[in-house]
Amino acid sequence: MTVAAPQRPAAGDARRSEGAKAERRLAAWLCAPAVIVMLAVTAYPIGYAVWLSLLRYDLRFPQEREFVGLSNYLAVLTDGYWWSAFTVTVAVTVVSVAIELALGLGLALIMHRTLFGRGTVRTLVLIPYGMVTVAAAFSWQYAWTPGTGYLANLLPEGSAPLTEQIPALAIVVLAEVWKTTPFMALLLLAGLALVPDDLLRAAQVDGAGPWQRLTRIILPMMKPAILVALLFRTLDAFRIFDNIYVLTRGNNGTASVSILGYDNLFKAFNLGIGSAISITIFICVAIIAFLFVKGFGAAAPGSEPEGRR
Amino acid sequence: MRPRRDGRRRGIGLLAAALITAPALAGCGSDDQGVVLRFYTPADGATQYAQAAADCTEAAGGRYRIEQRTLPRQADEQRLQLARRIVGGDETLDILGMDVTWTAEFAEAGWIRPFPPRVADQVRQGTLEAAYETGTWENRLFAAPLNTNTQLLWYRTDLMPGGRPPQTWDEMIDIAEQLATQDRPSWIEVQAAQYEGLTVWFNTLLTSAGGRIVGEDGTTVRLREGDATRQALGVMKRVATARGVDPSLSQRDEGASRLAMEDGNAAFQVNYPFVLPGIQENDGGSFIDERGNPTSRDTGRRVGDVFAWAPYPAVEPGGDANVTIGGLNLAVSSTSRYPPQAFEAVQCLRNRPNQLRNAIDGGVPPTLEALYTDPAFQREYPAWRAIKASLDDASVRPESPAYQSISIVISALLNPPSEIDPHAMVGELASQVEAAVNSEGLVP
Repeated sequence: MTVAAPQRPAAGDARRSEGAKAERRLAAWLCAPAVIVMLAVTAYPIGYAVWLSLLRYDLRFPQEREFVGLSNYLAVLTDGYWWSAFTVTVAVTVVSVAIELALGLGLALIMHRTLFGRGTVRTLVLIPYGMVTVAAAFSWQYAWTPGTGYLANLLPEGSAPLTEQIPALAIVVLAEVWKTTPFMALLLLAGLALVPDDLLRAAQVDGAGPWQRLTRIILPMMKPAILVALLFRTLDAFRIFDNIYVLTRGNNGTASVSILGYDNLFKAFNLGIGSAISITIFICVAIIAFLFVKGFGAAAPGSEPEGRR
Repeated sequence: MRPRRDGRRRGIGLLAAALITAPALAGCGSDDQGVVLRFYTPADGATQYAQAAADCTEAAGGRYRIEQRTLPRQADEQRLQLARRIVGGDETLDILGMDVTWTAEFAEAGWIRPFPPRVADQVRQGTLEAAYETGTWENRLFAAPLNTNTQLLWYRTDLMPGGRPPQTWDEMIDIAEQLATQDRPSWIEVQAAQYEGLTVWFNTLLTSAGGRIVGEDGTTVRLREGDATRQALGVMKRVATARGVDPSLSQRDEGASRLAMEDGNAAFQVNYPFVLPGIQENDGGSFIDERGNPTSRDTGRRVGDVFAWAPYPAVEPGGDANVTIGGLNLAVSSTSRYPPQAFEAVQCLRNRPNQLRNAIDGGVPPTLEALYTDPAFQREYPAWRAIKASLDDASVRPESPAYQSISIVISALLNPPSEIDPHAMVGELASQVEAAVNSEGLVP
């Protein structure tokens, strides 16, 4: 955006830098409203949450409010509920993102190669992503509840999958995958467009089979798109809330870290502990983003993508 | 008594309040109609509460108007909305319909006002003792009882050996297992999902076995005393692992229990009296064949024809059950601008005609003792004798400002009930409840 013009005569240079300064000032003025709004709606709440997480602050005991340093974080990190929620969250994230990547890549390849009805196919694929998550989650819930659901009726008599930890988590993963695979496919489709057809044809002439073309040319060329897609979905999946809230309410050991934070804030009214959980989630998300972003710079094309973990 | 706030919070609260009430003000023009009391009630029974509000507005002769407003259906969400708005300084909350378990918490946090002694005395007159108890905290009345509720045992007469209902949990489980071996409906429906209902079930079993969760002060945990905790956990474990148990038991709430019985799959349920009008509304539920199993064939006989009630089962033979009572109390918000009028309105909203209407149209038993001898009430509640007896033996849930956290850790630890280890769990339960009472650590 800034104008850089190094090879100019000295007089012109001074004038231009004068102009550049003015332009930069204008840019700052133009950005200011957005920056102020961002500060007001993100920096302030985040800062306030950090402050709350350092207090003993339970809405039910307002007179006991005091500064306790990091002891809320200590309470969170030494609590079994946090670690079980963390394990559940990581498991759901890894499994659902891995499945989404595989399915999304398949869908993207199909959409890319579709010769007719391209628009129709893409629209159809996107339908699940367009649905309201909570509405979709309710229909999954009814479908898997014995007595009301067609899917539960396919299971052996007497099984209620939403009442047991592993089956319930499998349903959560299913709902997530169903819902967000289209998003993954769309991001990957954009990456596929980056692969030049000439290169593929040249490879074909050189005798590369379809599998070799996929793993040696298409995937390495798509790597930036894959990493972006993985980053988006991992961050999203790590914060999973709505599907679990509707499907199981976090019962039977299916609570994610976000559900745990919600329960401590809005059921126990414990602002200190709840904020500490929120900030810990925030830090986890930042770590994930950092790992992915570092992965961008570090990995050479063709090497194993670091993000796929 | 107001919650402490700094200036910034007040600003946000006012802004939020303005945003929330702006449409209401525009719609009703309440500013030029004098004192308007907003009466927040749960969604269930909202029609009756709105009628009561209209009647009491008329009775006030223009001194104030009561506007009924509906809160969400789920108790957790009602509590969250009320607490959030009071902490935010919302002045448009006047009269609050409060679950019986919230009294200590709201009173201790300064979210509701104590009743003036004169009004409290009037409320006490003729009110059921256990119901009055639920509205008090530290010997002061903070919430006036409107409705109460208690559970009974509902059973199928056609499935009982000798036609007689069981008197203890052990008897009931024996009958259920016998029914299961005969391939007949064998489910025992209890509220065992991970929510308040599971805590209620545990508390009823515990108090029936002579135990308590916390002492009078609301802070001393008494789960380790005696053998009652282990006994209560043992009953839960046995119900959940009996032969022919409902596979969805660990997801059942009151509504699901009722429907399982109406569908003909359950032989027993412990539940509130609403199940009786419920099964009548559904034409008696599913058809049943000569062995009592549900069928889609028109056999001329339905679940409703063999549906009966009995006192809640005891834990020990010859003992009584102390059923945990529920219900709705009326409190005055600490943010209300018109406390005197609000206290007056509360007395009107819980008067005899309004309680009778709630009982008859809404299916919730009244808290005025005199109504139990009213023929209109008795006609509508064939089970009134059992209900009254159950209320007289009732137990109150632990009164503690941290009740919600106590309830959450109990229901999380005891769900699913099939995995309870009665011996090993007493200590863990006690220490988790201790942490909850002191609001230490996390709630699941």
